[in-house]
Amino acid sequence: MQEKLKVDRVIDRYEGDKANLISILQDVQREYNWLPQDVLTYIAQKLNLPLIDVFEVATFYKSFSLKPRGRHLITVCLGTACHVRGGQRVLEEIERRINVKPGETSEDKQFTLETVNCLGCCAIGPIVVIDGEYYGQMNTRKVASLLEKYSKKDKD
Amino acid sequence: MITLTINGLDVEVEEGTTILEAAKFLGIEIPTLCYNEGLTPYGACRLCIVEIGTGENTKLVSSCTYPAEEGLVVRTHSKRVVNARKMLVELMLARCPGSKTIQDLASKMGITKVRFKVRNDDCILCGLCVRMCKEQMDAKAIGFVNRGYMREVTTPFRLKSDVCRTCGACMYICPACQMRCQGPEPPTVVCNGCLNLSPPCLEIYEDKMCYMDPCVACLKKEAEEEIEKRK
Amino acid sequence: MAKEKLKKIEDLRRLREKLIEQRAAKKSWVIISSGTCGLARGSGKVIQAFKDVVKKYNLEDKINLRITGCHGFCQAEPNVVISPEGIFYQRIKPEDAEEIVVETVLKRKIIPRLLYVDPQSGERIVYKKDIPFYKKQRRLLLENNLMIDPKNINDYLAIGGYEALSKVFAGMSSEEVIEEIKKSGLRGRGGAGFPTGKKWEACRRAKGDIKYVICNADEGDPGAYMDRSLLEGNPHSILEGMLIGAYAIGASEGFIYVRDEYPLAVENVTIAINQAKEYGLLGKNILGSGFNFEIKINRGAGAFVCGEETALMASIEGRKGEPRQRPPFPAQKGLWGKPTNINNVETWANVPLIISKGADWYSRIGTDKSKGTKIFSLVGKINNTGLVEIPIGMTLREIIYEIGGGIPDNKKFKAVQTGGPSGGCIPKELLDLPVDYETLTKAGSIMGSGGMIVMDEDTCMVDVAKYFLNFLREESCGKCLSCREGIQRMYEIVTDISEGKGKEGDIELLEKLANVVKDASMCGLGQTGANPVLSTIRYFRDEYEAHIKYKRCPAAVCKEIIQYSIDEEKCTGCMACIKACPQGAITGEKKKPHKIDQSKCIKCGVCSEICKFDAIMVE
Repeated sequence: MQEKLKVDRVIDRYEGDKANLISILQDVQREYNWLPQDVLTYIAQKLNLPLIDVFEVATFYKSFSLKPRGRHLITVCLGTACHVRGGQRVLEEIERRINVKPGETSEDKQFTLETVNCLGCCAIGPIVVIDGEYYGQMNTRKVASLLEKYSKKDKD
Repeated sequence: MITLTINGLDVEVEEGTTILEAAKFLGIEIPTLCYNEGLTPYGACRLCIVEIGTGENTKLVSSCTYPAEEGLVVRTHSKRVVNARKMLVELMLARCPGSKTIQDLASKMGITKVRFKVRNDDCILCGLCVRMCKEQMDAKAIGFVNRGYMREVTTPFRLKSDVCRTCGACMYICPACQMRCQGPEPPTVVCNGCLNLSPPCLEIYEDKMCYMDPCVACLKKEAEEEIEKRK
Repeated sequence: MAKEKLKKIEDLRRLREKLIEQRAAKKSWVIISSGTCGLARGSGKVIQAFKDVVKKYNLEDKINLRITGCHGFCQAEPNVVISPEGIFYQRIKPEDAEEIVVETVLKRKIIPRLLYVDPQSGERIVYKKDIPFYKKQRRLLLENNLMIDPKNINDYLAIGGYEALSKVFAGMSSEEVIEEIKKSGLRGRGGAGFPTGKKWEACRRAKGDIKYVICNADEGDPGAYMDRSLLEGNPHSILEGMLIGAYAIGASEGFIYVRDEYPLAVENVTIAINQAKEYGLLGKNILGSGFNFEIKINRGAGAFVCGEETALMASIEGRKGEPRQRPPFPAQKGLWGKPTNINNVETWANVPLIISKGADWYSRIGTDKSKGTKIFSLVGKINNTGLVEIPIGMTLREIIYEIGGGIPDNKKFKAVQTGGPSGGCIPKELLDLPVDYETLTKAGSIMGSGGMIVMDEDTCMVDVAKYFLNFLREESCGKCLSCREGIQRMYEIVTDISEGKGKEGDIELLEKLANVVKDASMCGLGQTGANPVLSTIRYFRDEYEAHIKYKRCPAAVCKEIIQYSIDEEKCTGCMACIKACPQGAITGEKKKPHKIDQSKCIKCGVCSEICKFDAIMVE
């Protein structure tokens, strides 16, 4: 029940208006780091929406994750400018190092890898964002030390 | 009342009528897949496209959703439209070769090969089941999940739905699982069991029955004759 | 800084005079560029360093720091401009702050090592106005980014902000405002280029008491970030534009739909709205005019298709972003069935400018059919990456070479991609094309929102087509068979071609399929989705043929058909690549030429990046 209070607070913030479904899901995801099934079901009930409508919206928009995410979120930009500068190679190197494909989380739940279609920082591409920190001009050589930085952080 | 012109024929209809309905009124059959009279039109299969406009500024729109407009000029079987429809059915075949409805459409249009990798899916994503469940059965148990090439029809979380009353309406309306086709042979994947090799009307009648399905086969012969004559 | 509500136009003008006076008293400014890319490049630390230095030397009264949004010259970030002279320092590090304050701000001496160096002439350039990147631009909108701190409405007021609104309230009817916008020739900057005045007029004429205005800040085109820069750097210009538009149309509620990937833009617009509310510039009876207007912010959730008008509105209504058939158009039936006017960020930003300076003035800029300036994001294989604002009608050659500084590393220009996934690639034969809506469409591309991605000889055009098709097949809403299946099948064919599995007839099939996708799809995404394929086939058919007939990738990009090998003459035997190779595919001893085992090589390219002697060959 304690859990559901967090959701209630978000719904109240948006006046329980079903038109605000997307904003509600965004804020709830911020609380839980993902959107669990029971939370989505609860939201559907509170907003008086058919469950399928909520599920459709949650799966349509790519910023929602219906699987639990790791401690660190790695986002690789695959915008055209970053692609032309070798963004795909950077992504592949990361995939190799932590053994995950985009959308998946590493076995030790440390990293979740996602891709995004342009962050608007094309001048410093290719870009990788980890936990909101932007790392520009990435290449395959810099990947190892970057991932190390976060692995070390967890050990400390 | 609105007056529009379809295939050169004027027709007067009430406001809110779609081009598809107006054409039906004239007896013109436009092929459809995701259209059903009892459900709101969706415009997903694109099979009912028609060419509207005149001169350089023509475009293709789905006749099931496009409302009749005063003075609108419509052509239901222009070359651009027929070529597009053929490609659309080829795409459908590549996805669901096991559907008799789609195989029949292919034969009607004279499609004999599929140039894409075959998927052998059971669902053509026409949305009839979703709309049936929502509008007629008022259950809202299924919907379109994910987007783009990952789009699929399923229940919330792909689990058994609490609101599904197992009425079977979705199965009833589905064009892909209505009847299984008996014949597609690999490697062509196209059945062609009922491929029309000659227009039926000319064997029996003196006059051409222009709006009989399949239509343009007859006109094609006439057009070829005309071209020969003019040479 | 409690703000008093401005109850009438005179209050606003009086406040502005006071602010201008205060501003004029401050002679010396250090203007630090700090948009999202500036921050990504470390401008946050630079700002702190300056603050620390000012504190250390007790110069709070003498030195004025202005933290602004993007200055546009992204290559040079973090950069500062020292005014009033306009001295431009680039690629600043926190350690430089002290020297800049002591030498330049206090003693007015230049620090040569921090100056911009022109790659062609080798000259060091002191003043921003002399830098070729800036010189050729006409920065009617972007230049304001340097004048204001976006988190402070007073700055915007001091440079004349909300004066256009006052002019409207003081004596223009809604119809007169619409006439002025029509006369100016302003066309939508989001991509389609529809005449804005006509759009407003249609919405004004629509029946209904409740109407809405929306700002489309979804900016989904990868490589385009003009709207981000405007929203982060000068949010009030958009608010003012929307206020004027709402007045003209008769709307009392507005929405700004910003994509989720722009957190700083959301932050700055939120602050701007709150500050405008405090002054009474948003809310009820604005400036005593009797006009009410509220603005809400909606965040996108990761869907490119929500840049399409009807999908955007569906998203605001809390539904999936599935476009719907038009007619009815949003001007007649939009948000919640009410007449709605949607315009792009840059379109809104042009409105206060047109009202202040007049439609006659505005219509003298640009070409016959396309008036005003357009902001482009010049990115990719280009020396001067950044945001470029030019009068419509400038040629691609001028933009890429005179402003952009040409291609880095002396590589050859191959193509410039405009219009994002809805656009096409323009080859070097068409470099002298003037950039405007009609010419780009005729060339097989579109103006689009303004993304301009430059590609060189190392870019494979088949790979580019594959990239865009992959993007579109994920972003398509999936409703229309032609778009969903058509784009997926085009992707499969182009992928086969890129992997050396293409066959005769594939190009013709692609063309046929592309044309059906274009013709039969319901919304803009499908209708323009075929452009990348069609334009690359049109201008680079030979590359497709090389992949199909000879299983060769001329640009050495497509992994499956290229081979990495080591040039024995250049290899020094340093073993760096052996250590770096993730597959252990390279063998060799110290000081002896190394060799790549083709059966183990996965073509990841790590060896080629690490080799200092250029000994790795790819073909």
